[in-house]
Parts: sequence; structure tokens; C-alpha cells
Amino acid sequence: MAADATTAPIMPSAPGSGRASSLQRVARRRSTIAVLMTTPLLVVIIGLVAYPAAYGIYLSTLNRRMTGFMEGEWLPTGLGNFEILLESETFWAVAWQSCIFAITAVILKALIGFWLAHMLHHIPSKGQRKWRGMLLVPWVIPPALSTLGWWWMFDPAYSSINWLFQVFGIPAVPWLGEKWWARLSIIIVNVWYGAPFFMIMYLAALKSVPEQLYEAAAIDGATSWQRLRYVTLPMMANIISITVLFSLIVTFANYDIVRVLTNGGPRDLTHVFASYAFQVGILSGNIPRGASISLFMFPILAICAFFVLRGVTRRNKEQM
Amino acid sequence: MADIKRRTLLRSGAGVAAAGVLSAPMVHAQGTGGTLRCGFWDHWVPNGNVVMRQLCAEWGQANRVDVQMDVVTSNGNQILLTINAQAQSRTGYDLMSFPTWEPSNHQRSLEPVDDVVRNLIQKYGAVTPAAEYLGKPAGTWVAIPAVAGTQLKPACVRFDLLQQHAGIDIRAMWPARNQRGPGADTWNWETFARAAEACHRAGFPFGLPMGSFTDAVDWVGALFESYGAFMMDDKGAVTVRNNAKLRAAVEMCARISRFLPNDVWAWDDGGNNRALISGRSALIFNPPSAWAVAKRDAPQVAENCWTVPMPAGPEGRFSAYLPYFWGIWNFSRNKGAAKAFLEWLSDRAQAERQTNGSNGYDIPPFTSMSDFKVWETEGPPVGSVYNYPVRAHHNARTSIAMAPAPAAMAVQMYNQGLNTKLIARIVQGGESVDQALGWVERELNTIRRGG
Repeated sequence: MAADATTAPIMPSAPGSGRASSLQRVARRRSTIAVLMTTPLLVVIIGLVAYPAAYGIYLSTLNRRMTGFMEGEWLPTGLGNFEILLESETFWAVAWQSCIFAITAVILKALIGFWLAHMLHHIPSKGQRKWRGMLLVPWVIPPALSTLGWWWMFDPAYSSINWLFQVFGIPAVPWLGEKWWARLSIIIVNVWYGAPFFMIMYLAALKSVPEQLYEAAAIDGATSWQRLRYVTLPMMANIISITVLFSLIVTFANYDIVRVLTNGGPRDLTHVFASYAFQVGILSGNIPRGASISLFMFPILAICAFFVLRGVTRRNKEQM
Repeated sequence: MADIKRRTLLRSGAGVAAAGVLSAPMVHAQGTGGTLRCGFWDHWVPNGNVVMRQLCAEWGQANRVDVQMDVVTSNGNQILLTINAQAQSRTGYDLMSFPTWEPSNHQRSLEPVDDVVRNLIQKYGAVTPAAEYLGKPAGTWVAIPAVAGTQLKPACVRFDLLQQHAGIDIRAMWPARNQRGPGADTWNWETFARAAEACHRAGFPFGLPMGSFTDAVDWVGALFESYGAFMMDDKGAVTVRNNAKLRAAVEMCARISRFLPNDVWAWDDGGNNRALISGRSALIFNPPSAWAVAKRDAPQVAENCWTVPMPAGPEGRFSAYLPYFWGIWNFSRNKGAAKAFLEWLSDRAQAERQTNGSNGYDIPPFTSMSDFKVWETEGPPVGSVYNYPVRAHHNARTSIAMAPAPAAMAVQMYNQGLNTKLIARIVQGGESVDQALGWVERELNTIRRGG
């Protein structure tokens, strides 16, 4: 039977049943089966992605009391919340901080993950498994719990790290109380949590690079740097792009680390979009404006996704 | 006897089954009053929940209502998420505990309770004005000021340290009886600032948080109010520019902040508790929960603690107040029972049981209930929390930070900690008072737009 046939193979009818009913014929159609098979996925996507997203967009157009659309002064009715945010100093500080946080953390995670993957790749396979398991531990602990552990280490009054510093005569560091230290603290925790994900993805990619390419490079007299630059990186380019994109999305939308460690302080200087949206939307009872804040992530991430995925598609075409 | 046919039997059976299903709700309920689903705040003091369960069971039995009680924690803002989810979906509990600003936030989804509050006022006198500001946002009571969970934040003082380093005998000033002691009239912010400086020099700085959590916003709010300093008036107009009272309050708060530990800008609501319990701090603003934990973990600290009213300012003495409310959803199917239950729960006898069960933590909304025995007998030292409730001789009023701004805007100002950030910009960020006031004015205008 041809692969593109429109009906599934017809089993012989039971003796005496006569012609198959029209219902049976519809049920046997491949298109019917396809719809049935994809229905659960469609339900999940519509129920848990499309509907909440559409509802979020709708909420962002409302006024605080949610009794009508939010009017703007220079933007059309319905976009008033966006107009207010664009004119707010605090919002721009949050946008700036979100970018600093996400970009710095993703770059650090990618570099550390890459380095760890290389180290692991060169460990004999016998001992590799236990190292792999140990290095994955930060990633498998629920982030709210591990962040609480970090908070105890950074705690303004009883920081265990500061206690160690004291032992060695180093002055105490205001980990969460001073602007740049607080920013660094949340980046450290995010990198600690996220680097193992990069490591495991890069390790899988490294293992899929054909050994013959390295052998050929060695015959051509390539140095280790040249092997990395001209063999490893091009072969891993797609997985690096996808991992960076995925991590950028997750890091941009991060909430728990900021909430547990600094609550956005001091002076709103560590807020990211999600924590600020929660503060404005849920804590302050302005759900439409909170929805507007969280929607600002969408265009930024959409632009990133567009360029990254275009790069992946282009490389795939070149390889074909 | 007539033959019973198969069809007749089936028909009868179906009738019986249908009757059973239709009457099922009443069969399940404890009595004829139906079911009342309650979501109460999960009390910090474990015994607080025990007392509330007992009260639910007692009222349910007496009124033949099946009272089902859940506790909803405020950790991780779970109670706020639950309230918002139920308001959006218009389904859930019949009545719930609502934190400070939530009655105003959800007034359109709450059943008016003017009748209940009127009855209670007739019995017990006026409700504290701060609770009225929050629970009666548009001239209608939308929630009943609750006993369980409501707290004040007076000063919890290490009397030994304050005596030693600042020369103030705070126990003599505010004894455990209904009268002021010598020097009580001098317990103002000027005296307080001098004591803060002295204790800071001695290595026991006052533990006053300056972040955006409630303890920080509340004490700064009470200080502002005692100077008559308001950033927004009751009409929603911004009153920052050329506001001499606000400037005086900001300068006093900034002065005090310079004598606090250098990390107070990052403290959460537990920071001040830890500072007191560890013995590092001479004073905090908090309900007696910090002292209660110290009784267990650091008894040598607890036995040197004494609770006194907050200092006074030029416009009077204010005590930071953070109430809970009990509200009934307007989609509840049992509003009558809910109202009757909440009125009973607010009665003096039940209120006293709740306060006793929480070791004196819970504050009733009626000043006539400031004489419960528990505040006299709790210790050590006995009398330590006598001055926790606002008493007549304190000559104090309760304060809600950001009042009298309309609640819809005040809640945003409160949760964004505008008052503490204003001070942080000056003390930590190095801005001038004018620059910081300019910033807060712009923020307030942002909040005003769109209501």
C-alpha cells in the first residue's frame, strides 16, 4: 500500500457483517486517525498555551478595575498600560536589569557548560558517569529550594560565606544589600543552577562529532585550538544556538531566584520582568499592568528566536 | 397480592434513585444549614489554627451547618494567589481571610457586610479607624476586620541595652499598667534617633528593616504619619511638592537609617526578628512573635525584652497596624450562614479565645477589647507584652502606611515600598532629598494613571 494512501489497511470483514458502515470508513481514513492522534496535543496547547496567552493579552488591554479598556494619551485605547510603562523610570530600570541578568547569565552558563562538557568528554567512560551525575545535581534540585540554600549563604546577617571571609581576614560583603553585589548574587545562583543543562547538551553534541574528523584534522597537523575552532564548534553550532535560545527564554522569565534572594531590592535594582510583573499584578492588585509587563518579554524573545532559528535553518541547508 | 412486573420494578427503582440524588446535598450536610467552606489564614502560631478549628466545629454543631475549614498559608503569597484565582473563576470558598489590602482589591467580588459590622459596633464600640479605611473602601463594609492574623508592630526593646547605652529606663516609662511612667512624654522620634545613635556606637544597632517587605514599609509609614507626612491625599492627588512635613519626616527617617546595620536594605520580614533573637540588636518594631521565638531559642534575650508604643512625632503617636479581614464572596451559596458565623467569631468571647490561642499575637479590631488578660499574664518577664495593644493611656492611633491615599492606589504604593525606597535613594544611593522626592513624585503619577 502506498504511504500516502488516504485510508488505513482494511482488515477482512467478519463473515456475515456485510459492507462496512460509513462510520467505519470515516474512522479508517488516515486524516481521521491523524486528527484523533493529535487531539490530546492540541487540547494541551490550546488550553495551556494559546488560551492563557490570549487571555494575558486581553488582560493587558484593560484598566485597573478591569471594567473597560485602558485609554492612552498617545497610544490607542487598549494600549494605555504599555504607554504608562514606557514612560516609567522603574520599568526601564527593570528592562535594563532583565537584559543584564539574562545575557550575562546565559553567556556564563554557556562557557562553563562548554568547559565542563569538554572536561567530561575526556574522562574515561568508566569514571565519567559518576562525574556526570554529580555535576547534574544543581539542575535536578528544585530551584526554589536551592535558592533558599544560597539565601542562607548570602543572608545579610548570618552569611556563611562572610563568616569564612572573616576567618581569612577578608571584609564582609553585602551580598544582597548593595546594587552590584546583589546583581552578581542572582547571576551566580542562576549560573550554578543552569550550567549543568548546558553541560549535558554539549556533552551529547560532543559525543556525536565523528571521530574521523578529528583524525583527519590531526593528519593535517591541526593544533588543539584549530580542532576546536574548525571541527568541534561548527559541528556543535546548531545545538549551541538552540541551547542558548532555550536558556535565554527561561532565564528572561526567571522569577524564583530574584523573589527568594532579593525581592527585587535594593531599590528595584534586581527586579526582572517576571518578579516586577508579580509585584505590580498580584501584590499591588493591578493585574492588567502586571500582564503588560510580562508581555514585554514576548517581542524581545521573539526577535532572539527569529535570528537564532534562522541561523539554524541556514546551517541545515548548507549541510544538505 | 398483585404481580410486580419487571418494568414496574425498574420504574420504581429509578424514582427512588432520583429522589436520593436530588436530596443528596442535604444528606451530606451536617444539618439543615448546608455547608460552609472557609479558607482561613494559616496562623504563624500553630495553636492559632487549633483554636479556629474548635470554633468552627462549635458553631457548626450549634447551628447544624457543616463548616469545612482549610488553612491557606501566606508563605510564597499563596493566600494572594488563592484569592485572585477564586475571584477570577468565581468559585471556591464561601468565606476567606483577606490580607490587609485585599478587601479593597476585590470589593466588587465581595458581599457587603454592613449589617454585620453595624451589629458588632453596637455591641463593642467603634472599629479602629485604620481597619475602617481598609475594609470600607467606598462607604460600604466589604469585609469584617478579623481577629486572627491582625497584628500591631510596636517597639520590642531590649530594656537592659537601652538603659545601659542610651540611658533610657523604658520599663519605668511604659509600665505594665494603665498609666504612663516618668519620661513617657519624651518618647518621640528625636529621643529615638539619639538612642539609635548611642546603641549603634555601642555595637547594638536598632534592627529596623529598610527593604520593601511589610515590616519595613509599616514602621516608616507610622513615622511619616506621626509627622503628618502624606505623599498622596484621600482624593488621589500627589502631595509631594513643597510639603514641609514630608521633608521633615524624610530627614528624620534618613537620620535614623544611618545608625542601622548596613545591610538593612536587603532585610526581609525575618531580618529584624533574627537581629533581636541573636542578641545583636537593642530594638525592633514587631509583634510579639520575635519575642515568643526568643523565649524558646534565646531565653536570656527574651527575659530582657519589653514591648512599648512607637515614638511620637509632631502630629501624634501612631502604631503600625497590619490587619486581616474576613470576607464573603458574592458568589457564595451560603451567605446567610457565613454572615452569622463571622459575627459570632467576632464576638468578645470568641475573639478572646483567638487572642489567647495565639499567645496574645492576634489583635481584635475593637479598642474595647484591649483589656484581655493574656497581655497581662504573658512572660517572662511578666507584663512584657502589656503595651502590645493600643491602650487609652498610649494616646496613640493605628497607622496604615500610605493612607489616606485611595486604597486602590495606596496598595500599589505600599507593595512597591515607595517610602523605604525614597529613604534608600538618599542614604544608600547618595541622592539629595530633592532628587529623591522628585523620583517618588514621578512614581506616584505613574501609579495614578489608570487608577
